[in-house]
Amino acid sequence: MPTITFIEHNGTAHPVDVPVGKTVMQGAVDNNVPGIDADCGGECACATCHVYVDAAWLAKTGLPEPGSQEASMLSFAAVTQPDSRLSCQIEVTDALHGLVVRMPEGQH
Amino acid sequence: MTNPTPSIVIIGAGHAGGTAAAELRRAGFTGPITLIGDEPIPPYERPPLSKAWLKGETDASKLALKPAAFYETANIDLRLNTTATAIDREARTVTTGDGGKIPYDSLIIATGARARRIPLPGLDLGNVLELRNAADADKLKAVLTPGARLAVIGGGYIGLEAAASARGLGCEATIIEREPRALARVACEILSNFFQDYHRAQGVTIDVNAQVAALHGTDGKVSGVRLGDGRLIPCDAALVGVGAVPNQEIAADAGVDCNNGILVDLSARTSDPAIFAIGDCTHRPIPLYERSMRLESVPNALEQARAAAAAICGKPVPAPEVPWFWSDQYDLRLQIAGIPFDTDRIVVRGDIAAGKFALFHLKDDGTVQAVEAVNASTEFMGGRRIIQKRLKLDPARIADMSVTMQALAAG
Repeated sequence: MPTITFIEHNGTAHPVDVPVGKTVMQGAVDNNVPGIDADCGGECACATCHVYVDAAWLAKTGLPEPGSQEASMLSFAAVTQPDSRLSCQIEVTDALHGLVVRMPEGQH
Repeated sequence: MTNPTPSIVIIGAGHAGGTAAAELRRAGFTGPITLIGDEPIPPYERPPLSKAWLKGETDASKLALKPAAFYETANIDLRLNTTATAIDREARTVTTGDGGKIPYDSLIIATGARARRIPLPGLDLGNVLELRNAADADKLKAVLTPGARLAVIGGGYIGLEAAASARGLGCEATIIEREPRALARVACEILSNFFQDYHRAQGVTIDVNAQVAALHGTDGKVSGVRLGDGRLIPCDAALVGVGAVPNQEIAADAGVDCNNGILVDLSARTSDPAIFAIGDCTHRPIPLYERSMRLESVPNALEQARAAAAAICGKPVPAPEVPWFWSDQYDLRLQIAGIPFDTDRIVVRGDIAAGKFALFHLKDDGTVQAVEAVNASTEFMGGRRIIQKRLKLDPARIADMSVTMQALAAG
């Protein structure tokens, strides 16, 4: 099962195993990882599962399509960066084993 | 906290209670947590019950807030099929239905709301249903076989969502609404008309200004709804969705201040500093609108769960959020940011006829108080930011689709 490491804004790392087919957000919620709120439950409608994808992984996760719902939601998130994603829109695959994402200071 | 190993009891294992337990662990609380729920299953999401769950498009594991193993892993004592019957504030204990007493240092009440019951002859007939929990939804699902006729008493969100799902399952649906329009209490007239037209185009019958006089039965099961004007609407099942009342009795009986909900402050604390209340059972301040009210919504439950967890753990309580709501019907996603208090003007952005638009509700000085968005998530999300920032906007700019929401939200 792919391991994904969530790093809180304060630096605390949470490596968790997430089944293939789930979203990165679901992996955080299932394991009660602090820093991901996911208020809308994964509908790409609230931007509270915002993460920064580690540079080494950006090629594999990709970035939101310009003009997509995800890009639109992210444009209203608190502190976005060029490596910002909504973790509900990243599906876990074997290729993402080892993925590292960092959380912003807050989701609201 | 008054002793070295404080313990927390949560009454109610719904969306609010389940989230509070998880939030306490996320906030670093390591003491005992007891989560008491009267339903047979661990905390789950209720919104899909009138939608994906009814239509068989999701399963129990996806409905659950957390994986089944979570509660044991997180050392949360989840007691299902358990009713809390009383709170002893002096002894700081909660009494359960089996007579047991559970001590607490901090107590969180998350008892939710129940369906409002209207006095109506025939209410005890079979297949007269309400929709608040998974058991209710399973009963409704069982009667929604193709060709079945569903009468929906009350044109609120639950009624409209159930009617949409019923149509999707090949059933007939009639909505009976007392007011002149559906969603009369919770949406503006433009939005009501849009949804009514959409439902009618999908084959739903909507009777407005309609009083229900009685439910008629055959062989112990409902067979028709008799209206005040004498008409009989034949049906195989009747869903009553006429609002909800807060489950505040356990708090009120213990002397905790209540008034149409358990009264709480912005940290979800009640009139007893050791007792918090969260979710649909509360009556809370909304500083944005200088009011207090009940907010029956998932985002409110989550916000208050986080607030209570932070307060109990001695962490800063997050700033209050702009209230928001959503409803999915057919291929329509309605998202509402804010509440249109004190507004006198509605600005339309987008195309109502095309089913993709947002209604901006403005005060006379241009302050945006609420945004109702249909299939327009960007307008919804931008609207939340605009409302949060108390922006005053020019109506002409709002209506101008060449001005982006990002530009509008920038002020």
